[in-house]
Amino acid sequence: MPDSRLPDLIARHEADLLAQWAKALSAAGATREDLMKPEELRAQCADLLGSVRQALQRGGNDITGQGWEKVRELLTEISRTRAQQGFTPTATASFVFSLKEPLFQRLRSEHAANPALLVEETWSTTTLVDKLGLFTIESYIKAREDIIRRQQEAMLELSTPVVKLWDGILALPLIGTLDSARTQIVMESLLQRVVTESTDVVILDITGVPTVDTLVAQHLLKTVTAARLMGTDCIISGIRPQIAQTIVHLGVDLTSVITKSSLADAFKVALSRRDLMVVKRKAAAAGAQA
Amino acid sequence: MPLSKRDLLPIRAETDIVMVRQAVRKACIEQGFSLVEQTKFVTAASEIARNTLEYGGGGEAALETHIEGVRKGVRIVFTDQGPGIADLEQAMRDGFTTGGGMGHGLGGAKRLVEHFEITSTPGVGTTVAIARWK
Repeated sequence: MPDSRLPDLIARHEADLLAQWAKALSAAGATREDLMKPEELRAQCADLLGSVRQALQRGGNDITGQGWEKVRELLTEISRTRAQQGFTPTATASFVFSLKEPLFQRLRSEHAANPALLVEETWSTTTLVDKLGLFTIESYIKAREDIIRRQQEAMLELSTPVVKLWDGILALPLIGTLDSARTQIVMESLLQRVVTESTDVVILDITGVPTVDTLVAQHLLKTVTAARLMGTDCIISGIRPQIAQTIVHLGVDLTSVITKSSLADAFKVALSRRDLMVVKRKAAAAGAQA
Repeated sequence: MPLSKRDLLPIRAETDIVMVRQAVRKACIEQGFSLVEQTKFVTAASEIARNTLEYGGGGEAALETHIEGVRKGVRIVFTDQGPGIADLEQAMRDGFTTGGGMGHGLGGAKRLVEHFEITSTPGVGTTVAIARWK
């Protein structure tokens, strides 16, 4: 659409259009001054309108084309920062769609004498703004998916902290849901550490696991068995009263494993396994003198 | 029994089981269940939800909360259109499993709740309802 009058129209009334756009934005509730300063928003509007004009002048209204690269970059950046700042999808889309009203008004006053031209121009403008809006939403969703993926990865990493309590004593504080994918990683990293740290006792602490059903119990027993095959004893700690009762009703047999209600109790057992004990300093000194 | 709320929860993936557990726990807390009661009911729901997914090929759970005078209750009905269970008595027995589990799921869930109903038609599907009153 090289003969479009739109770029020319934008060029002539840029300041006016921007002012009206800002008005439309606040009417649509898309300004969110708590998340974004008004000056910043104005700068974004001016940037976008300017680059849209340039892209239109350079050629075509195919926004996937080369001339629209700068506009696409701008929109991607805008939706990315908005997804991070916590804008809703509606507020993000309204940012672009609010441009329609000022543009239409301007077209109407320009082409009032020529209805056929007005309809044609309005149609091409609305298609263009729609395309830009859809592109913005797509980028917004992509940005949100990125955030979700990063959080998932962070959670997977968080979920497997194997900590060393003493020489030969490791602890694995399990937290949250023990679904199979995570349990697999937990088990692998634990067994790996058992080898590198030459471990005698491992304490699996389930204080942070809200529900212990048969699948969780099965995963725990498998981990215990695998560790035992490598010559390491396991203690399961953090069995709260409600979990104990539930396990009894389920009929899962955990009697083959040493279980303790608290991590401290389990640590005591682990120390005695290694022939170690914790004593008060004074008592130890008195014992040494006698 | 007067129904005060009913929510449909899909069970299509492993993460849906987590959602079911969370929803059931929330309902139990709202009804004033004690920690032990909550844990028992949530664990039972978790077992059945996993069966619905693994053996029933997915389905849905209808979570209902009831208020009847001073009595309050939570009921959850799991439905799937899977292959069904040919021998219910065998399936309920501890230690019996056709998958890789421990074989304590159904029997254990029944012991964890007050009301347990299972109906299954081979080739049509399975429905399990569990309920607990306060």
